[in-house]
Amino acid sequence: MQKKAEKQRQSSSPQDILKQLYRTMLRIRLFEEKTAELVQKNEILCPSHLYIGQEAVATGVSASLRKDDYVFSTHRSHGHYIAKGGDLNALMAELYGKVTGCSRGRGGSMHLSSPEVGFIGSSAIVAGSIPLAVGAALAFSLRKQDRVSVAFFGDGAVNEGTWYESMNIAGLRKLPVIFVCENNLYSTHMPVSECLADTDIHRKAETFGMSGYRIDGNNVIEVYETAKKAIDAARRGEGPALIECMTYRWRGHVGPNYDIEKGLRSKEELDEWIAKCPIDRLEKQLLQQGLLTASEIQRIRSELKKAVDDSAVYAKKSPYPDEKTLLDNVFKES
Amino acid sequence: MAVIQFSQAINQALYQLLEKDPEVFLIGQGVTSPWYVGGTTLGLVDRFGAERVFDTPVSENGVTGAAVGAALAGAKPVLVFPRLDFMYYAFDQLINHAANWHYMFGGQLSVPLTIWGIVNRGGEQAAQHAQSIQAMMMHVPGLKVVMPSTPYDAKGLMVSAVTDGNPVMYIDERWLYQTKGEVPEEMYKVPLGKGVVRREGSDVTVVATSYMVLEALKAAEALAKEEHIDVEVIDPRSIKPLDKQLLLSSLKKTGRFVVVDAAWQTGGVGAELSAIVASEGFDYLKAPVARVSLPDAPAPSSSVLEKVYYPTSKTIIKKVKETVVR
Repeated sequence: MQKKAEKQRQSSSPQDILKQLYRTMLRIRLFEEKTAELVQKNEILCPSHLYIGQEAVATGVSASLRKDDYVFSTHRSHGHYIAKGGDLNALMAELYGKVTGCSRGRGGSMHLSSPEVGFIGSSAIVAGSIPLAVGAALAFSLRKQDRVSVAFFGDGAVNEGTWYESMNIAGLRKLPVIFVCENNLYSTHMPVSECLADTDIHRKAETFGMSGYRIDGNNVIEVYETAKKAIDAARRGEGPALIECMTYRWRGHVGPNYDIEKGLRSKEELDEWIAKCPIDRLEKQLLQQGLLTASEIQRIRSELKKAVDDSAVYAKKSPYPDEKTLLDNVFKES
Repeated sequence: MAVIQFSQAINQALYQLLEKDPEVFLIGQGVTSPWYVGGTTLGLVDRFGAERVFDTPVSENGVTGAAVGAALAGAKPVLVFPRLDFMYYAFDQLINHAANWHYMFGGQLSVPLTIWGIVNRGGEQAAQHAQSIQAMMMHVPGLKVVMPSTPYDAKGLMVSAVTDGNPVMYIDERWLYQTKGEVPEEMYKVPLGKGVVRREGSDVTVVATSYMVLEALKAAEALAKEEHIDVEVIDPRSIKPLDKQLLLSSLKKTGRFVVVDAAWQTGGVGAELSAIVASEGFDYLKAPVARVSLPDAPAPSSSVLEKVYYPTSKTIIKKVKETVVR
């Protein structure tokens, strides 16, 4: 690990990148903790699927993306939106159903969008946004642009036919799309071993003529390095890749609870993964290497905490959509 | 003005759209085949290359999703389904994604996608190669649905669909592909949501879609000659948005209303139009509204059964006479 970080500092990944990765992960974590709190208080009513525990994946992948690269996401999309640079106030306002939300109060937690930063949208249909990422890559490739698109999805999406169709089309036409599987071991409540005949998801890449990786999805540096390699290759026209990130969601499928009380998984399993917290891990490393001091970390934490708290104030103060606008935007006006 | 076939009119529209806008591309099963989509795409791959005109694997949902994704990235894809039956696999991408996108994200990006589905009924093809599913498509908010019946409209509606900026379902029938009509050489649009009177009349309004417009006109001629019944034939061209005013003003004149749509009756286009007439044109009605449709049964294979299954001008004549004697 030390060696890798050393290599990063010397080559393409200066200290700033590590600090940036840390900040982004922490921003997501604090936002999600606030969301959990607000759901518990019935301030947020729309179903919210929390990303706590998986922050390294969105963060590590997005760090190598440009603004004009496209990201497509899922029902569990807050982390992807934040990592791509989406505005916190607009995100929180969307969870509150306010007109200042990133989807003007029409989408809710599962349908976020921020096209100005290349976060195109999240679909709550499992595997639904994967072919969209393929299509965006197709458009880039037809125009001979060096842009890439990314599809984030969970292990559950690999049960869908659309996943195989999308992988095949991308492989067939060597499209600049990166398939990022967040294998958090559960498809809602179903363990991955009860869903897939072969749980080595990364190996399926070979069938479609693309590179496949399985990495520690709680190690943000490993995610960053692997994604960078795949993204750079796709940008050069070398085709798609599949990255399977092994990770774990701390909370239940939806909402702030832990699923322990429902008997869906054991406390031991959860504790084991909490001990592998991607943020603590990087924080330790930053401290050990003297890249950040304890007081600097404290400062970053309170600064981010303030931004998150402010977003909740903003959201609460924002107006709801006007009832008269119910039927707006069914179609684009020509 | 040149007289050309319906299939050539589509070919001309696609050619001109591809020529004019580099963001337009054409995909789907059979677009590079000389016969699979009725000769509508002949010569396009030679002129525009395999990058912009390409055949796709039989992965309907994946390919449709890719077309939607490309549209979100600013392209204007035309996606063909050589038979509407094959499109069911793609409903997730069409309905959950393409149709919802603009609304679901508060009117930010739109999906400028043309989904062109061909009805291929008859020919003993049976239940999975002959379906007409315009009513299902019409039901979905966020999808527009057009059904041309003439070569002129085939071209003009294709141009409108591709340039509209929304997902537009373009449904046509293989039975129309050999029909001929006048088509201007230049590029032009037929506005979405604007119907047209195909034959003026005073006794009864017959609204027909797609190929059934031809059968309705045949029926109208026969009824005029043999029964002295003067039929007004209306072709809505778009079933969504629908030219309600045109239907209601015709009804106001005739007082009688027959809808002809060669698809299943229950919950069909006829059901929707009848409801509009019942709620907005009730005072004009001199007789109950009548529907000509397919029976609520899958398409059979045997040609003997097909003859009973598909309505023709004779079915329309019978229905109109029943309406007029009331």
